[in-house]
Amino acid sequence: MEKPDISRKRLAEAIAFWIFRLLSLGVMGILFSILGFILYKGIHVVNWDFITKMPEDGMTKGGIYPAIIGTLCLISGSMLFAFPIGVMSGIYINEYTKDSWYRRFVQLMTANLAGIPSIVFGLFGMSLFVNKLGFGDSIIAGSLTLGLLALPVIIRTTEEALKSVDEGYRHASLALGATKLQTIRRVTLPVALPNIITGFILSIGRVSGETAPILFTVAAYFLPKLPSSMHDQVMALPYHLYVISTSGTNINESRGMAYGTAVVLILIVLILNLIANAVRRYLGKKYKTN
Amino acid sequence: MLSSIVTTLTVLLIIVFLFSEGLSVFKESPLEGDNIIVLNHHNTVSHITSSDIKDIFDQNITNWKSLGGSNDSIILFTFNDIGNYFSEEELGPEFEFLPAKMDSLLESENGMIAVFSSKYLIKNHKSKVIQADNITPYSFLTGKEWFPTANPAVQLGVLPLILGTLYVSFVAIIFALPVGLATAIYMAEVADEKTRRVFKPVIELLAGIPSVVYGFFGLIVIVPLIQSTFHLPVGETGLAGSIILGIMALPTIITVSEDALRNTPRSMKEASLALGATRWQTIVRIVIPYSYSGISAAAILGIGRAIGETMAVLMVTGNAAVIPHTLLEPVRTIPATIAAELGEAPANGIHYKALFALGCILFLITLTINLWVEFSSKKRRFGK
Repeated sequence: MEKPDISRKRLAEAIAFWIFRLLSLGVMGILFSILGFILYKGIHVVNWDFITKMPEDGMTKGGIYPAIIGTLCLISGSMLFAFPIGVMSGIYINEYTKDSWYRRFVQLMTANLAGIPSIVFGLFGMSLFVNKLGFGDSIIAGSLTLGLLALPVIIRTTEEALKSVDEGYRHASLALGATKLQTIRRVTLPVALPNIITGFILSIGRVSGETAPILFTVAAYFLPKLPSSMHDQVMALPYHLYVISTSGTNINESRGMAYGTAVVLILIVLILNLIANAVRRYLGKKYKTN
Repeated sequence: MLSSIVTTLTVLLIIVFLFSEGLSVFKESPLEGDNIIVLNHHNTVSHITSSDIKDIFDQNITNWKSLGGSNDSIILFTFNDIGNYFSEEELGPEFEFLPAKMDSLLESENGMIAVFSSKYLIKNHKSKVIQADNITPYSFLTGKEWFPTANPAVQLGVLPLILGTLYVSFVAIIFALPVGLATAIYMAEVADEKTRRVFKPVIELLAGIPSVVYGFFGLIVIVPLIQSTFHLPVGETGLAGSIILGIMALPTIITVSEDALRNTPRSMKEASLALGATRWQTIVRIVIPYSYSGISAAAILGIGRAIGETMAVLMVTGNAAVIPHTLLEPVRTIPATIAAELGEAPANGIHYKALFALGCILFLITLTINLWVEFSSKKRRFGK
């Protein structure tokens, strides 16, 4: 009686595990088919001209140079704003507050901010930066909106990074007579740096791909020239992909451009992910051995 | 340090701006511009809702009785048939006699109604001017028609949008939860360290792909596929949205439920195995029940992600603002509506404010989800 029961259990286990394995491979398959399809269809469009030329002929020919520049503007603008504030906030929460209702409240608010849909950020950015503060559709309005979106990511990674620093380092530094600020600057931050930088890079990835927040705060359908100041509109890669694949007069002719833009966006995310992993590994090793 | 309150401040600012714009939709007249409603002065009807106006113009309501007035059939005057009433000479070359003519016309029939700009109202008019009721929160939430630019009265019923959003999102989770959970179990309990090290970055990457790229992929691949499989006139359907949203929700579901599964104490698992249970039995009887709340948190967070997703949905669902009955119809979600229409809505008009009110609804839904997950995970931490 015992034996067939055990073998049946074994069989059930084997079947279940195989199903799991197949489903997991299916998830991998989905990712690789999306990436593979777009890369396969679009990689031949991407060449030096494509990334350095202006769009031509109603965006059916030429390149996506202004969209790349626009996205770079938005990345730098939003990070200039969000990174210092986010890191300071993370340091303050982790190093200066005790586990009190205050810390919990701030963490709850950060989590809430992270959960707000990006289109709501877009609405907010339009209402505050574009209309109330009178920035109009501009790089500064778009950057601030995107910065707010990236803020919770940066705060949380900073917190996590600092939390993973061994208490022994802090105690040792304080015991040597260093002040709290010195301890943070010379000991805690350097050790936590790889993870903070990883978070920074990943939030760049997030910012570069977001479309909804920039729809009404900065993005332009087509501009014949590059932005000259903070108050100009810009084209941006994700918005560019959206408009040339859904609207416009000649969707079919601009398909090639759409594939190319999608490839560039994917490559940006891919490269940023690789850099983030490399930084985590390289800098992580460096501080462990020192 | 001030910087720590920046997130709190942002959340508060978002609430203030979103709600001050959104709630003011209820103070707006649904009539376009400076239009007014003018009736015969015998008419006892004193107020009228925007959906009544629409029904009158669509001739679904033809008697004043159904609006609480006297038993007169409704005679609708529109400027299209002005030629039936007056000749050009009568109106004058600059339409300078129009106001007086309108007044006398309205007084000629008991059931007459006209909607026109207030500049055509004569000063000492005999006819009766009434107000259109403002949109009420109740009619906003339960109205079935979303025609924010309709003439003469806008129709702001968000029910089809809310139902469309929930419908697409829940179906997405029905796709994504079994697959995501299976992957999480595989990664947490079955796979060896090496496989895990391959899987982890792949899932991070899946989370990192911009939503507009998912939308593009859906538009190019999934939409035509659905169209040809089901022989539909258009492939932009709720199903396409659900599939894309399901894929996009996978990383959230996998990471959150994997964390939950991993938190099962080793001692419990080992006790089960020591009693002769197989690993599969241990997973089903011990690990999954133990991490149940974490798994449900994963599902809820996944739904939250799906509800708020804008661009991908906008690109593949076809955006028809009707209450969906099957998955093979076009549907329209709240975020997609905001994204598609805000650009064309004049600032501070009723349409603009209605879109902010939609933003408020979206904000409240996602905030509730976040708080729910946050507090249920706190309880878990302290409870055990």
